[in-house]
Parts: sequence; C-alpha cells; structure tokens
Amino acid sequence: MIEIKGLSKSFGKKTVVEDVTLKIQAKAITSFIGPNGAGKSTLLSMVSRLLDADTGEVLLDQSDVKKMKSDSFAKRVAILKQTNHLNIRLSVRDLVSFGRYPYSKGRLNEEDHKFVDQALEYMNLTDMQDKFLDELSGGQKQRAFISMVIAQDTDYILLDEPLNNLDMKHSVQIMKILRKLVDELGKTVVIVLHDINFASVYSDRIVALKNGRLVKDGPTHEIINSTALREVYDMDIPVQVQDGCRICVYFNSHN
Amino acid sequence: MGLKMRLWILIVAVIILSFISLFIGAINIKPSDLLNWESLETQIFLISRLPRLLAIILAGAGMGIAGLIMQSLSRNKFVSPTTAGTLDAAKLGIIISMIFFTSMSYIGQIVFSFAFALIGTFIFMQLLERIKFKDAVFVPLIGIMYGNIVGAISTFLAYEADILQNVDTFFQGSFTLVVSGRYELLYVAVPAIIIAYIYANKFTVAGMGEDFAKNVGLSYRTVLNIGLIIVAVISTTVILTVGVIPFLGLIVPNLVSLYLGDNLRKTIPHTIFMGAAFLLICDIISRLIVHPYEIPVNTTVAVIGSAIFLIMLFRGKAYAKK
Repeated sequence: MIEIKGLSKSFGKKTVVEDVTLKIQAKAITSFIGPNGAGKSTLLSMVSRLLDADTGEVLLDQSDVKKMKSDSFAKRVAILKQTNHLNIRLSVRDLVSFGRYPYSKGRLNEEDHKFVDQALEYMNLTDMQDKFLDELSGGQKQRAFISMVIAQDTDYILLDEPLNNLDMKHSVQIMKILRKLVDELGKTVVIVLHDINFASVYSDRIVALKNGRLVKDGPTHEIINSTALREVYDMDIPVQVQDGCRICVYFNSHN
Repeated sequence: MGLKMRLWILIVAVIILSFISLFIGAINIKPSDLLNWESLETQIFLISRLPRLLAIILAGAGMGIAGLIMQSLSRNKFVSPTTAGTLDAAKLGIIISMIFFTSMSYIGQIVFSFAFALIGTFIFMQLLERIKFKDAVFVPLIGIMYGNIVGAISTFLAYEADILQNVDTFFQGSFTLVVSGRYELLYVAVPAIIIAYIYANKFTVAGMGEDFAKNVGLSYRTVLNIGLIIVAVISTTVILTVGVIPFLGLIVPNLVSLYLGDNLRKTIPHTIFMGAAFLLICDIISRLIVHPYEIPVNTTVAVIGSAIFLIMLFRGKAYAKK
C-alpha cells in the first residue's frame, strides 16, 4: 500500500500541493481528479519520486520511498508521464525491452525476453513489435508504453493523463486495459484524469484535489454526486445513472 | 536489405576506401613497393599514408559518435559538436592556452581545451533545459549563435595577440599535416568510442527524457555527464590533430537513424563505419580534385555535407520534426 503523509510542494512562492495525506488502496484503480492547477500531476510525480517533496513523506509498504534504491524502487513502482512529445525512433520491442532495465541493465536474459513477449502479447502488439514508434497511431503508441510498464512488472502503475490526445475509441480501449491490469493481474493503478466520466466509470476510488489541497477521497460513488462535485469544481454538475454508470452531465451547467 | 547486410556493406566500403586512400597521393606508391622495407615508398607509406588513413578513420568514427550521443541526450536531431558550441569552446581553450600560457606543454593544451569543450557543451545543455523550445529547428540555431559568441571571443583574443592567421591554419580541418608523431592523440578516441558502446543502452534510455530514465531506475545526471565527457574528449582530440570537421556529426547519425532508428546499441557500429567511410570519401576527393595538390578536407566535407543535409531536410520533413 502507498501512504502519502503531509506532502507539500512549492515552486517559488506558489504552493502547488499543500499538506496532502491519503492512502492508496491496493489492487484498485484510483483516479486523481480536479480543476486545472489542482496539483494532481505534481502529487503523482512526488509519489513516483520524479519530484522531491518539500515536506511530508511517501511510504511504500511502510518504507520511505526516498530511502529506497532507485532500481529496487523501479521494480515496484512504474510511472508513465505524457508520452506524446517523445519522437524517438525505437522499435516497439526495444521500447518494451527497456521495461526490463531495472532487472537486466540492458542485457536481457531469457527470463527478460519472456516477460517482453508476454507484455507484447498482453497488449496485442506482437504483430507490430518491429515497427518504429513514430509509425504508430496515438493509441498504439500509448499501448506500447503501457506494454513497457507491464514488462517492468511492478505492483504499482502510475499514469499521468494517459488519455491525453486520444480519441474516444482509444480512450475506452486504454481504460479497459487498465481495468484488466487490476482485475486480472492484481496491479494497483493510479491515474491523473481530466475526463470526469472516465474516472467515474472505470475507477474504484477517486481522489479530488483543488488548489493543491485534498478535497475528497473515497469510493467512486461517494464522490460522483452533485454535492461533492460542487465542492471540487464550483459547478452544478447533474449526475445521471445510465446502465449502472454514473455520468456527469456538466455541458450545460450554470456556474 | 537486412541490417546485418548493411553493416557489412559499410565495413567493406571502409576497407576498399582505405585501400584507395593508401595508394593515392603526390608520389605514386604501388603495393609491390612495400615489399622492399628500405624503399622511399615504404617510408612515405609508414610515415604519412598509414597515419593519415588511421587519423581519417578515427576522426570520422569519433565525430559520428560524438554527434550521435549529443543528439540522443539533447533529444534533438540537429545538435552536433558544430551546432552546440563544443568545437568553438575547445577552440577558445586552445587559443587561451596559446596566448596566456605560452610555456604550457602539449598535454597542458590538451587538458585546457578539453575542459573548455566540456564546460562549453555543458552550458549549452543547461541552456536547452532552461528554455523549453517547441520547435526543434530553434535548438541548433541557438547552438550556432552560442558557438558564434564563443567564437567571437576567440577571434578577439587572437586578434589582440596577433595570432589570427596561425589560428586560422591551425583549425582548418585538414589531414595534410598528419604524419607519424602528429596524430597519435586521436587514439584517445578509441576508448571513448568503446565506453560509448558500453553505455549505449543508458544513452538510449536517457534520450527518452529524465522522467523516463528515472522510472526505470537510471541515474540520469551521471549518464548525461558521462556522455558529455565522451563528446568533449572526442571533439578535443579531433580539433587538436585535424581541425574542425563540420557537418559529419550532424548528418551521419541522422542517416543511420533513418533506416535503423535511435537504439544506440544498434546504431553505434553503423555510425562508426559510416562516419569513417564518409570522411574517407571526402578526403579522397580533396586529394584528387587538384592532384598532385590537395584542398582542405573540411571544404569537401562542407560541400557534400551541406548538400546531404539539405536533401535530408526537404525529403524528411515529417521525420525531422520533433
């Protein structure tokens, strides 16, 4: 389990994350939601050690992540930031192989190759493993990166806006994959999401942030209702239930 | 065409070109002359032709690798020792050591110029990090401007010290003066290239960005620094022995990347042989065009290199954009 205790971060005079404390439930999808500038990505970056917190600590199964060795941390927590700016000409297989870096330092043994094969298979990428990343569509590219994270074989997978720049079809595809990772492989997935309805339909728990502070933290059905959402977004957001999914119909809302 | 096949073609090309390079020049040497150990031809062969060949291969391979590492670490296809101020900084180091430390030994000069190349490239990388460009073409523009500023300081110092002409001849990329005893510093490029190959995977990972590198547990800063040291070592040895070779570090890694991608473990061998082949061709042309005289190799490199570069720009727009 990941425990976040009193985490704060400022850039210059601006406090981006302020005294956030929460527990991330294992083997579930937790979505970070909130308006722009709420500190969601910064919080995720601190949990994954990409950023150092000013105060507070992140505990991974009771041990402080800051004190962990970088490769043993990389075997337990994987973070995928927005990848659309990456235009490196790497074959899909080579990319997925780098997921084994924490184990093999680039010299893959038989076991590593097996993990790579499985990860490609799992994401349906076996046929295009020799293609270069820049020949793939946005959705395929995102799948390749997720496949790499699967090869990394971590219990925790953190993703920063994985649906960015994807169309509806591919967004659904990616969310279904994340769901499978939790339900079939027992992973713990934490995502920063902008689309509140994707968060509502696919996550087990939702963490809502606003101006760097934690506003709500609970099971999805407790957060996706008009009262709670008003606190987060300062908007009247009617929630309708459609086929068992709670859908926020905010498009015509009055502020 | 298979990738292994391509590598073999490059290797065979380097061998053939090496052979040609060894047997052209003002004095006609035939392979059979070499059977006589005492002959003048053998002497010329050992003192001039062979060192020249080795210098070309080492400089070509080295500049290719330096460019490749810089492009990988800066994540920009247009960065190379000539477009990031590396060579200008090395030059400044040499000029300062020439003017202010006249008593300095050759080794001292080398160390001085290496330190400048390293610091100069480091400043450029810091500059890149601070200014987030959206357009990849701006990065080399900034690099060239930065190089010119450093170059202007060099020119000013050289002018004040009245050594402007010496400096010009010194840095003109040419293999004319390469004879045995004057090029051995280039051998330092060999371990540098080997270390580059050992670190290939790390450079590729670092080339995907700091976040990506950290995610797989790679110490990004260390790898970045090792890369910059390799680049500075190669650039310094080349500039001190041969002079400035433009474009090679820019176009050779790009040509390799076009068919092989950006995984350095795969591209380093190709870059080594393509860099060597490219410089051999340029040098052979330089020696044949006004035979028995020759023109500086950097002129040939600039003409051919800029042509290839323009073709790459126009044909590969989609590819060049980052």
